Amino acid sequence: MKATPLSNCERRFLLRAIEERKRLDGRQCYDYRNVRISFGADYGCCIVELGKTRVLAQVSCELVPPKPNRPTEGILFFNLELSPMAAPGFEPGRQSELLVKLNRLIERCLRNSRCIDTESLCVVAGEKVWQIRLDLHLLNHDGNIIDAASIAGIVALCHFRRPDVSVQGEEVTVYTPEERDPVPLSIHHMPICVSFAFFQQGTYLLVDPSEREERVMDGLLVIAMNKHREICTIQSSGGIMLVKDQVLRCSKITAVKVAEITELIQKALENDQKVRKEGGKFGFAESIPNQKITAFKMESAAVNTNNVEEQAEEIITKADPPSEVFAKPILHTPGTAQIGEGIENSWGDLEESEREEAAEEEGESEATAFECQTMETEDTSTMRETKKDEPIVLSDSEEEEVVILEPQELPRKTRTQTNLKQENTSKKAFNKRRRKKRAA
Amino acid sequence: MAAGRGEAAEACVGRVVLPGDVLLLPACPDEDGERLRLGAGAAPRGRLLCGPGLRRCVAGLLVTKCGLLRHRQAGGGGAAGGAYWVDSQQKRYVPVKGDHVIGIVTAKAGDVFKLDVGGSEQASLSYLAFEGATKRNRPNVQVGDLIYGQFLVANKDMEPEMVCIDSSGRSSGMGIIGQDGFLFKVSLGLIRKLLAPKCEIIQELSQLYPFELVLGMNGRIWVKAKTVQQTLIIVNILEACEYMTAEQRKQALAKLSGN
Repeated sequence: MKATPLSNCERRFLLRAIEERKRLDGRQCYDYRNVRISFGADYGCCIVELGKTRVLAQVSCELVPPKPNRPTEGILFFNLELSPMAAPGFEPGRQSELLVKLNRLIERCLRNSRCIDTESLCVVAGEKVWQIRLDLHLLNHDGNIIDAASIAGIVALCHFRRPDVSVQGEEVTVYTPEERDPVPLSIHHMPICVSFAFFQQGTYLLVDPSEREERVMDGLLVIAMNKHREICTIQSSGGIMLVKDQVLRCSKITAVKVAEITELIQKALENDQKVRKEGGKFGFAESIPNQKITAFKMESAAVNTNNVEEQAEEIITKADPPSEVFAKPILHTPGTAQIGEGIENSWGDLEESEREEAAEEEGESEATAFECQTMETEDTSTMRETKKDEPIVLSDSEEEEVVILEPQELPRKTRTQTNLKQENTSKKAFNKRRRKKRAA
Repeated sequence: MAAGRGEAAEACVGRVVLPGDVLLLPACPDEDGERLRLGAGAAPRGRLLCGPGLRRCVAGLLVTKCGLLRHRQAGGGGAAGGAYWVDSQQKRYVPVKGDHVIGIVTAKAGDVFKLDVGGSEQASLSYLAFEGATKRNRPNVQVGDLIYGQFLVANKDMEPEMVCIDSSGRSSGMGIIGQDGFLFKVSLGLIRKLLAPKCEIIQELSQLYPFELVLGMNGRIWVKAKTVQQTLIIVNILEACEYMTAEQRKQALAKLSGN
C-alpha cells in the first residue's frame, strides 16, 4: 500500500507550531515520550513502547562453528524488520532505504560498541561458539524507530539467558534449563540511541520526533551513548549543516536522557526477575493495558442466552464422548518414570481436561515428569514418545483459575513456574543420572 | 451447523450481533429481501434497506460485521421500508457512494485530480466538478491541498470518483479546504458519533473556543482555531474522546475553561 501523503496544511501547521515551540502532544522540546517495557514469558523476549511506537525484540542462541578468522569469539547477528502492520507504507520483502539505514545503525550501536563480550561466548575454540541472534520487529510506527529499537535490543540482550555449558577435555555438555539455571550474557554496558530532529535549517531542535514531526524535519542526528557518558555511535543524516556547539549540546542532552532510560531499564529487569522468582504471573498477557472504546458504549448489552441449554445439550449429544483418562505413570528404568506425555489432541472436546493428582508415591519420578513436560526439553521428550494405547491426561492442581484450552499447553506453562522449586531439591540427583546416560 | 437458526430481526435491534448470524425478516422469510409481500394485516412496506454490515441471503439478512444492530423506521409516505444496519468499529475506510470525505490531492493528471481518501485506491476528481468551474475558469488546486467532496461512484470494481458539487450544481460546503488548520485521523466510529445530531462533544467544545471543523467520513478531521495552541487543544480532546467517558470529558473541559 502507498503511504498516506502529507498535506500542505499539515506541513505548514507543524512548522508553525515548532516555531512557537509547541508539539502536537504537548511535550516540551527536550521531552521523551513514555517508555514502557514489558517482558514475555520466554527469556530474551520483550516489547518496548515509546509513546505509540512499538518494537518487539527476541534473542535466541545456537551453537555453530566460529568464523575462521576469529576462532575464539562468538557470533552476533542483528536483524530489524519493518512489519507491514506498522505503517501502510511498509511492504514485506522490500528493501527500502529506511530499513537499510536502521539496520546499519543498530549494528553499529550494538556490535561496534562491543557491549557484549563475545569471548565469553566461545565454547570450544575453533569448533563451537554461541551465535546470538537478535530479531527486532517494528509493530507500530509513530516516529523514532531507532530509539525504540535500540532500547528493545539492549533490554532483550540483558534479559536473555543462554543454556549453561561445561567442557571436560573433549566432552562438551550442554545443560537444559532444568538441570542448571541458564546463564545471562556478559554485557559490559548498555548503549542507547537518542534521536534529534532539526527543522528550518538547524534552527529548531526536537528530541524524540513523532511520525508527523519526522515527515517535516530537515535532518536527523542520532547519538548512541551509555550511562558512563561514552559515545558509541554518532550519525547525522539529511544533509543539514550542524555547528559544533549544537552537537555538544545534543550530546549533553543525550547523557541526561540515557541516564534516565538506563535507570528505567534496570528497574524493569529487576521487577521481572522478582516476579519470576516469586512465581507470580509474567508475560505479555499480564501487561496489556485495558483500553475500552467508548464510542458505542452501552451500560449493558444483552446477549441472547435463551436457547443456550438446549443448544448445549444438542451439542453434547452429537459430540463424541471424551477419551478415557488414565493417570498411570510409565516406568522407563527403575527410578525414572513419566506421566502424562503424548496424549491425543482433544481440541474438539469442550470440557476441561480432568485434573488429577500426580503420582506422589514416586517423588523422583514426579520431578522427572516435570522435566519432561517443560517446553525447553521438547525435542528430547518428543523423541522419547512411546505411545499410545493409553492416552494419559496431564494434571496440575496448583493453578486453579486458569482455563485449559489445549490440554498439552497449560500444564507446561504452570510447570515452568513450579520448576524452580522442584529443581533445587533434586538438582544433584539429575546431574548424576544425566551424566550416566550420556556416558552410556 | 448453527447457521440454520435465525432470529427475528426486530428482536435483535439494539443487541450485539456477530458475523454469521441470520436475521429473519417478518412477513415472508422465504422471499428474497428485495420486496416483502403484503401479508394480511401487515403494514404496507416498500423496499427494505440493507445497511452496512448486513448482506441479503436466502433466509433474510446475514450479518457480516460484529456490532450493535440498529433499525430506522419507515419514513412518511410509506414509499421506503425501514432500514437495518450494524454499528461497528473500524479505522480503515472503504469508499461508499454518497459519503462526504476529506481527500488529499496527490497528482494532477490532465483534467483530473487524483486524491488519496484512505481507501485501497485513489479517487479521481474532475476539475469541472467544482461550483462555477468551466474550461476557462479552472479551480486553483495544488498537489497537497485538502478537498472536501462526496463520492459519485464507489464500488469495489472501479476506482472511486468524487465531486465537489451536489446534484443541483451547488457546492453546499464542499470544495477546497483553506490553507491553515490541522488535519488528523480518528476512527470511523468517532466520526459517526460526532456527526450525529446534537452531539454533546461538539456542543461542549464550542463553549470553549470558536473553531472551524470539517469531518470526513473516512476518519479525517480538519480543525482550525485562532491560535496554534487552541487548535492543538481541540485536536487532543477530539482524539482522546475515543477512550474517554462523558464524565472524564466534562472534567477535562472544565479544567481547560478554568485556565
